[in-house]
Amino acid sequence: MDILTLFVVIPVLTITAILFVKDIKHVRVVSATGMGIQLILAAVLVFMYLSARKAGADEQMLFVRDYLWFVNPNIHYAVGVDGISVVMIALTSVVLFAGIFASWEVEFLTKEFFVSLILLATGVFGFFISIDLFTMFLFYELAVIPMYLLIGIWGSGPKEYSAMKLTLMLMGGSALILAGLLGIYFNSAPEGGQLTFNILEIAKVTIPMSAQRLFFPLTFVGFGVLGALFPFHTWSPDGHASAPTAVSMLHAGVLMKLGGYGAFRVAIFLMPEAAAELSWIFIILTATSVVYGAFGAIVQKDLKYINAYSSVSHCGLVLFAILMMNQTALNGAVIQMISHGLMTALFFALIGMLYGRTHTRMINEMGGLMKVIPFLSVCYVIAGLASLGLPGLSGFVAEMTIFVGAFQHTDVFHRVVTIVAVSSIVITAVYILRVVAILLLGPTTDEHHEHLTDAKWFEKVSVVILIGSVAGIGLAPYWLSSMIGTSLQPIVVKILATNPF
Amino acid sequence: MINFSYTIWILLLPFLVFLLLGLAGHKLKPKLSGLIGTTGLGIITFLSYLTAYQYFFASEKVDGVFQKIIAFNGVWLQLTENLHIDIGILLDPISVMMLVVVTTVSFMVHIYSIGYMHGEKGFERFFAFLSLFSFSMLGLVVATNIFQMYIFWELVGVSSYLLIGFYYTKPSAVRASKKAFIVTRFADMGFLIGILILSFNTKTFDFITLTSLTGPAITQTGGAAFMGLSVITWSMIFVYMGGVGKSAMFPFHIWLPDAMEGPTPVSALIHAATMVVAGVYLVARMFPIYAIAAPDALNVVAYVGAFSSLLAAVIACTQTDIKRVLAYSTMSQIGYMMLALGVSGYGGHDGLGYMASMFHLFTHAMFKALLFLGAGAIIHAVHSNYMTEMGGLRKYLPITHATFLIACLTIAGIPPLSGFFSKDEILTAALHHNKLLFAVEYAVAGLTAFYMFRLYFSIFWRKETHYHHTPHEAPLTMTIPLIILAIGSVFSGFIPFSELVTSDSMPFESHIEMAVAIPSVLIGIAGIGIAYIMYKKETSIPDRLATTFKYSYKWAYNKFYIDEVYLYITKNIIFRYISTPIAWFDRHIVDGTMNLIAFTTQLLSFRIRNYQSGQLQKYGFVFVTGAIALAILFAYLWK
Repeated sequence: MDILTLFVVIPVLTITAILFVKDIKHVRVVSATGMGIQLILAAVLVFMYLSARKAGADEQMLFVRDYLWFVNPNIHYAVGVDGISVVMIALTSVVLFAGIFASWEVEFLTKEFFVSLILLATGVFGFFISIDLFTMFLFYELAVIPMYLLIGIWGSGPKEYSAMKLTLMLMGGSALILAGLLGIYFNSAPEGGQLTFNILEIAKVTIPMSAQRLFFPLTFVGFGVLGALFPFHTWSPDGHASAPTAVSMLHAGVLMKLGGYGAFRVAIFLMPEAAAELSWIFIILTATSVVYGAFGAIVQKDLKYINAYSSVSHCGLVLFAILMMNQTALNGAVIQMISHGLMTALFFALIGMLYGRTHTRMINEMGGLMKVIPFLSVCYVIAGLASLGLPGLSGFVAEMTIFVGAFQHTDVFHRVVTIVAVSSIVITAVYILRVVAILLLGPTTDEHHEHLTDAKWFEKVSVVILIGSVAGIGLAPYWLSSMIGTSLQPIVVKILATNPF
Repeated sequence: MINFSYTIWILLLPFLVFLLLGLAGHKLKPKLSGLIGTTGLGIITFLSYLTAYQYFFASEKVDGVFQKIIAFNGVWLQLTENLHIDIGILLDPISVMMLVVVTTVSFMVHIYSIGYMHGEKGFERFFAFLSLFSFSMLGLVVATNIFQMYIFWELVGVSSYLLIGFYYTKPSAVRASKKAFIVTRFADMGFLIGILILSFNTKTFDFITLTSLTGPAITQTGGAAFMGLSVITWSMIFVYMGGVGKSAMFPFHIWLPDAMEGPTPVSALIHAATMVVAGVYLVARMFPIYAIAAPDALNVVAYVGAFSSLLAAVIACTQTDIKRVLAYSTMSQIGYMMLALGVSGYGGHDGLGYMASMFHLFTHAMFKALLFLGAGAIIHAVHSNYMTEMGGLRKYLPITHATFLIACLTIAGIPPLSGFFSKDEILTAALHHNKLLFAVEYAVAGLTAFYMFRLYFSIFWRKETHYHHTPHEAPLTMTIPLIILAIGSVFSGFIPFSELVTSDSMPFESHIEMAVAIPSVLIGIAGIGIAYIMYKKETSIPDRLATTFKYSYKWAYNKFYIDEVYLYITKNIIFRYISTPIAWFDRHIVDGTMNLIAFTTQLLSFRIRNYQSGQLQKYGFVFVTGAIALAILFAYLWK
């Protein structure tokens, strides 16, 4: 069996194993072991990928496997990875592993919870390894549906409403994506011949412009819904607020990245001509969401809402960078996906831990927590500093790459929107420091909070892994950036071949 | 050729100390953490002095010019084909000078803090943050490229945030730290935009290429212009915006006085001697571009500097919190340095202003750190920040009194103390360039002498206030740094700066111009004299003056209401008129639309559901009616 398929098989085996154990403790241990193996496997994959590239493998995708699945339509189970998918897989493994430890104390329907959680992850892994559009879509749906159960059953607050809203909006996006994918399929051989869903095959041809004009917006908006594209982001605040900790982590940390990844891999890569023509509309929308999300976060009172709006801003920056369509900006977009994935997972983990102690997420009901629970508070400050783009943490690397990349365009329009996006670094600082000041600093406001206990061992595992990754990328970004950069080259060549700026 | 590769330890060591104290500090005994931090800094100080000695006196000059030496450089992040962020160490006269300044003051502050912070909760955290700050500041100083400078620029910002908010349970400290970070962040946005524009047009971040006289920034001054200024000029103005924020120049100065909420050693290190001069250092670093390619931007530097120095001096005359007086004094003195750069030319004697600015930066670091540490000793003794609650302290604090007096005389520009020399060079440079700016700075010199001695007489003379317990002199760990810095303040004026640190790294002859020196000493003495009459003894003159000039006094006392303007912008405009409507719009309009779609769908489905009622009669009725309607339709169409 090839290494990529293992990424789908191991979660499935883990789920099967969970179904056979009875004790809650064993469920946790089995999940943690399974996802630990997955994490190791991801590390092995990174290593194998790098050594293959070093040995001179210069195909766009490595470890390619292709099995025919349906003859008509021509659907294959086709997998393959480039540097971008490899780092996304690594991100998913890290966040998932941290997520398992963050939900160590789930006591209601524990078994079912972990099964759904890992099922969701299976979809995500499958999505990142696929190079067949249809298989990709299949895994995409597989990732979205368990979300409904996870929020609807284990959530809090108006959970049924939020779960329904989130699922319906994402399903709406899926409908657009499906239409777009079929459109691409039926135009994948404009000069006659076998129609195909294979991304690499489609990339070799130029889809007719008339078709691109129709299907680019469909796929971009469809994936954009998941990537919190303004104005289709409103599932995010409600959904995150109601979701249990690990689900918020996975959702904001990984699932939202499916949107950015899909928009980039399918919409931009396969239809660059229409992308160049129509990008201005989406650039305006994404630049808006960068600033709009940040301003929206300033006045929120619920920690999860703050983080949801902050995600709108940060994910807006991902899509913004993708639309800039040059090597540097695209590189920045991928780093921003990783960086946002890690730090937002960290935020949600910490929020969950705070909620578990104080039973509130309202910042005005808490205060001065630094004195009581220093470990969690310091971690929250670090997460905040990463979010506002402090050098030495991952956010800075991503943002600077994006800004420099976007500024390479010589026309006034791109320059102006870049400067608009740059202004977000100030607004982000405002809302992050506001939360830190109210929540953690100052005197303890609620006397019930004076006897809280600090992080337990499994919480520390979860948080330390994420902080380590955030700091690792922030301190030594070169390897990550160059790994992504190499993989971007064939993509950028295709984009530039059609629209030299 | 001397191998400077050991300078890498100047950066690595404080970072390692920070990691050690940050991760394991709470497990160590406080005393040990203090010792580790201080020893680490001692080693770095030694290395910096060694570097300075070798650079200035042992390395070879080419045609009498100090060479720029890259001691270390590595690519940190590749951005585009040409643009890459490096982390490295650049040695040239100003960076080596700054190494000396930063490590000296930082070392003194470390020693001082062992005494000052003794018994405080979070002692090890304090030393961890001090190490982080030292690391960031040294990284900023030795930056080989503008992006490295920006990286460390942000890091000093966050160290400053952490240290201002050191007493994190105190709401005023929390507010001050937040304000400092956000105001400087806003300015840094300008810096970043400046870097983007500059790097796009020159295709490099590298300082040596940027400031080379044959480099792209200086030779390609033509090209697209916007509002009558060239692209390079605009980028340099934006870059300067970062400097305005960090160096607390008008209009971004509002964070500095509030930053005094931090522990006093922090104020001495960060908010007096090192971080706040980063803006000056930035302009000096890019000076050839300012002087040759962007003279308009350089004029902005000069006028902003002059205005800030006047504004701050006026405000300083009315404040009663001794640390705030010193904070405004810092702002005023940095204004001096900015002005000196602004009136300077490039090369030879034209570069007098540049040399004077660096000279003043050096001497100011010594005497201002001394003033702050002295203020710390005073506050330590009387547990108050307000000069109204002090008086007659000379008997109780003899060492502090003597060193504080030296510092006051130095800043007032009394020869032969160091402040006299550096200030005199600045005034000379201003006189030759711009008479208006000279006049402003001349007046500021008088004001400076006045408010410093107002402070001095109020604290050490006047009528003795009733103290709860008798004030006593600070321990040795605190007085020794005071004495060392006092020695620095007295003698650093004799360092031949025009031979070492000049705009084109070529020594030139400079001498004291009596036509400037004599009047400037006289106005200094006049300022001291007025302060003597008003504050040496308890008199009613200050109060009477305050009532006579009621409105101007009130404006100055309230810092010209600039804080209120900012408060209005943040509270009202950003919170009330931007964020709140956006949040409302998002929840009600955008989300409302989504809910409306869902609601409409539901409503429609309820309607449609009626057609699937399962009642046969109804189906039959619809079937027959439909059939008849179709029949009529067909009949009509067939005709």
